[in-house]
Amino acid sequence: MTGLTNAQLLFMLRGFGWTIALSLLAFAGGGLLGFALALARVYAPRPVRAMAMLYIKLIQGTPLLILLFLTYFGLPAMGLVVDPLVAVALGLSTYASAYLGEIWRGSLEAVPRAQEEAAACLALSWRQRMVHVILPQAVKIATPPTVGFMVQIVKNTSLASAIGFIELVRAGQMINNATFRPFIVFVLIAALYFALCYPLSAWSRRLEGKFDVAHR
Amino acid sequence: MHYELDFAAPLAYWPSLLMGAATTLGLSVVATVFGFALGLFCAIARTGRSAAAARLAGAYVEAIRNTPLLVQIFIVYFGLASIGIKFGAFTAAIAALVINVGAYTAEIVRAGIESVPRSQLEAGACLALGRWQVLRHVVLPPAIERVWPALTSQYVLLMLASSITSQISAEELTAAANRVQSDTFRSVETYLVVAAAYLVLSLMMRFLLWVAGSCAFRRRRRLGTPL
Repeated sequence: MTGLTNAQLLFMLRGFGWTIALSLLAFAGGGLLGFALALARVYAPRPVRAMAMLYIKLIQGTPLLILLFLTYFGLPAMGLVVDPLVAVALGLSTYASAYLGEIWRGSLEAVPRAQEEAAACLALSWRQRMVHVILPQAVKIATPPTVGFMVQIVKNTSLASAIGFIELVRAGQMINNATFRPFIVFVLIAALYFALCYPLSAWSRRLEGKFDVAHR
Repeated sequence: MHYELDFAAPLAYWPSLLMGAATTLGLSVVATVFGFALGLFCAIARTGRSAAAARLAGAYVEAIRNTPLLVQIFIVYFGLASIGIKFGAFTAAIAALVINVGAYTAEIVRAGIESVPRSQLEAGACLALGRWQVLRHVVLPPAIERVWPALTSQYVLLMLASSITSQISAEELTAAANRVQSDTFRSVETYLVVAAAYLVLSLMMRFLLWVAGSCAFRRRRRLGTPL
């Protein structure tokens, strides 16, 4: 029906698998760093707080494509030979960390200040206050925008194709070069992304209704 | 690991980088203007009376927001060319950016429209204003003013995302950078310079949108307070 052979479709599905893998890597790496950034933005001493903010502003003001070029071309030029997968994962994680850090900072700050004061009055240590009082509430506030940002991560893994990493878009480009059916190939790719992103978007919207923070 | 940064090499190419930056800014401004118009139109359709128009606009918004810009650019540039609708790289880039940012604008403006209290619509109707008059004079001005900060962020993101159009060889800043780094073999320095240029461009976009907002919102100009 599509004019593509089974082998070609299978190749594209394998690319799709890499898109999912890259998304998970970026979310894990970006999540770890982003969490540290969020904590630094809210609880660290002033100079660290300022540095975390500067980092976030710099990364958010730079296109992801440039970040990927920097990790992919830049690291080897500086004598650090890295696998393309590592370079892509590093670039995507850096990107994700800045946005997740900012989302989670907002969530931490949205927990009413009295909660922490009350916990401190009960002689809970900082760690206990975080684990038992602040984080459980912040996680609820953070979940809908975090799921929403996962959609951005999935879509932005497509930029890894620009540096030759064979994920879904790159796989599609290669098949297009062989078959010259760009319309069907790229629409098929768009449909695959949609199949992955739409449920996430819908889930994020449902969560938003569930933990309606603004109207509590 | 020892590496000496040498910014002289990429900076010697400043005319082409500056040209690229100007192109990026131009591309972004044009896409912003048309994307805003498209988004406004779709937001009105989505909140309007016609169920069919609302559903159509909703499908457009969901389809665009859940697929990558890169794929949209490829569909417009390569896909449409293969079925006989041919654009130059620039036209394709602008078209894809407008289609993309239109969907995000629609979603943001819709939120603004829905934030206008019902009682104001009823008050407008009581003054014998028509449906379009209510929309034009009662609903849209505060709706857009309220979501203007969100729109500003969205259009700055659009400017950053316009770097993706380098993939279809639209000669903007990132494409210029790619050429400079392949000439000089100074990739780190080139991309650092370009990253700095994008930071400056994002400040310029913010400033332009602030000016546009100040001109458009009479209430804010007079009172100086956010809505």
